Amino acid sequence: MSVAEAPASVVSLRQVGRTFDGDPPVEALRSVDLEIRRGEYVSIVGPSGSGKSTLLNVLGLLDRPTHGTYELDGFDVGSLSDAERTAVRGQRIGFVFQAFHLLPHRTVLENVMLSLLYNRTPSADRKERAEQALDRVGLSHRLEFAPTTLSGGERQRVAIARALVMRPAILLGDEPTGNLDSVTTRSILELFDELQAEGLTLILITHDLDVSGRAHRVVTMTDGVLSDPMAAVR
Amino acid sequence: MTAPEVTSARTGERLKPSRFSLKDLLGEATAGVLARPARAILTALGTVLGVAALVSTMGLAKTAGNQIVTRFDELSATDVKVTPNRGTLPFDSENRLTRLNGVRAAGTVTEVDVKGALTSSVPLNDPLGINELPITVQALSPGAFGAVRASLRTGRFFDASQDDLQVAVLGPGAATDLRVNRVDQQPAIFIGDQTFVVIGILKDVERRSELLDAILIPNGVAKALYGTAGASSVQIDTDVGAARLIGRQAPIALAPNNPKRLAVEVPPQNEVVKTQVEGDVNALFLLLGGVSLLIGALGIANVTLVSVLERVGEIGLRRAVGAARRHIAAQFLLESTMLGFFGGLIGTTLAVITIVAVAKAKSWVPVLDPWLPLAAPFAGALIGLVSGVYPSWRPASVEPIAALRSGL
Repeated sequence: MSVAEAPASVVSLRQVGRTFDGDPPVEALRSVDLEIRRGEYVSIVGPSGSGKSTLLNVLGLLDRPTHGTYELDGFDVGSLSDAERTAVRGQRIGFVFQAFHLLPHRTVLENVMLSLLYNRTPSADRKERAEQALDRVGLSHRLEFAPTTLSGGERQRVAIARALVMRPAILLGDEPTGNLDSVTTRSILELFDELQAEGLTLILITHDLDVSGRAHRVVTMTDGVLSDPMAAVR
Repeated sequence: MTAPEVTSARTGERLKPSRFSLKDLLGEATAGVLARPARAILTALGTVLGVAALVSTMGLAKTAGNQIVTRFDELSATDVKVTPNRGTLPFDSENRLTRLNGVRAAGTVTEVDVKGALTSSVPLNDPLGINELPITVQALSPGAFGAVRASLRTGRFFDASQDDLQVAVLGPGAATDLRVNRVDQQPAIFIGDQTFVVIGILKDVERRSELLDAILIPNGVAKALYGTAGASSVQIDTDVGAARLIGRQAPIALAPNNPKRLAVEVPPQNEVVKTQVEGDVNALFLLLGGVSLLIGALGIANVTLVSVLERVGEIGLRRAVGAARRHIAAQFLLESTMLGFFGGLIGTTLAVITIVAVAKAKSWVPVLDPWLPLAAPFAGALIGLVSGVYPSWRPASVEPIAALRSGL
């Protein structure tokens, strides 16, 4: 497979394993292979303890696999130092968490601008880009609000805007609708659909079937083993 | 500082390491401090008190020291005494010195060797000798009364015209011993077999307190009766500020051939006196201030540590959006430094107000080294910096995963 004709794989895990030290050691990931192409909408499902959170951490460079290789957007991130992984994380990966993780004492706009703080975005551009991102998620009327005054759905939209603003290669969601009611969940999922249609690569971890049902591809984690129905096709 | 660039194998694109500019760092740290203003104030309180205590102590000591100095300056700063290392001083020292500009009064003071003669106030040939006392006799030139700032209880001083008359002025102690209370009847005293007429009794002298218990007689008489060859000391009262100048000029006026033969006592320089006073006052309060500063530092360290633990979610988030460990540490370190700085600033302000208020209440002139209020906030900042070092490095070990799962 030559470089020129390779499909635009944005995530490529080969034989990735993650073992946690302990007595006995816990094998959270066992030889996981996963290819995700640019613009794909993938959800990872599985019961708790199946290793899907560990997988998300590995994908998000928040954790380092014990073995195997991981290429993200062409960067061999498995071989990188901590500082280098931090740089890749800050410039290629957008996170959306179940608990939103907005800074309570900062405005909505400032929370979104936080994403551009460490990745060499000129400070003159930050405000404009943050406003665009908030406009994209439909919150341009909330720029100067404190996150604590927003509804859950609005908070998650702020978090999504924060992930979008740095134009990530992948957007990782960790139970992004876990704290939301069903109506709000639907509106957030619609937003995800739109973003995917615009070309964003989405990887969501969830155990909510409504959420996984929207994805184009569902992979299942069971006891650290990933089963990918598409893998056979390839 | 900078990690090497990361190159994409596929696109050849290069990725630059994370960066946290100084401006951004300042902005984030300021926001971090201001996020919880009440807590920030409480955190800085220890530093506020410590710096306030230190600065006001130093300022008040300086202010009070200045007062004490100006108070005893006038007496001590105009007191010059000349004694010969060997030999004697001329009896006409007074005339030589009063011609110097800056000398207000000058005169010789010489202890007279009366060869064991006892003094009595009644001409009795008393075999028991109970009325005869060994009293010191001092020969003075007339100007010496002014130079020692003598005051009279009654009578008068002797003057130049009485230099060869057998007159005496009694110190108050000698007057009591000799039971001489009044001089209007010209009482006589007897030193050995020599008769002296008492013309005055001293009330007090501000210098040379040995004169209080002595019989004071003119130089000429001392020379004639007891063979006193010359003066043993010269006392000078100078204008304020002239003491050191006179101290240099007097030996030349008195012994032009060999001025080094004379020893001169001049008042210590003002600065020296001030330093001594400040040293006394400062020691205790500086200790107190130091202790409160230490408590302030511990307070900042403690609260920074707590807030680091509280803010693990924020730390995790910042790590997730690309902050390196040192970026997190730098922010917390700057936050604690800012707390220290503002604590120091407020403390200095309080201290200056205190100093001015105390000075006003006591009608003193407030005195403060100008560098003190300028340097104190930076001392506070240093305290914040030092006490932030340990807590700031704690989040370096915070796992972003764990932090993000813990909520914000």
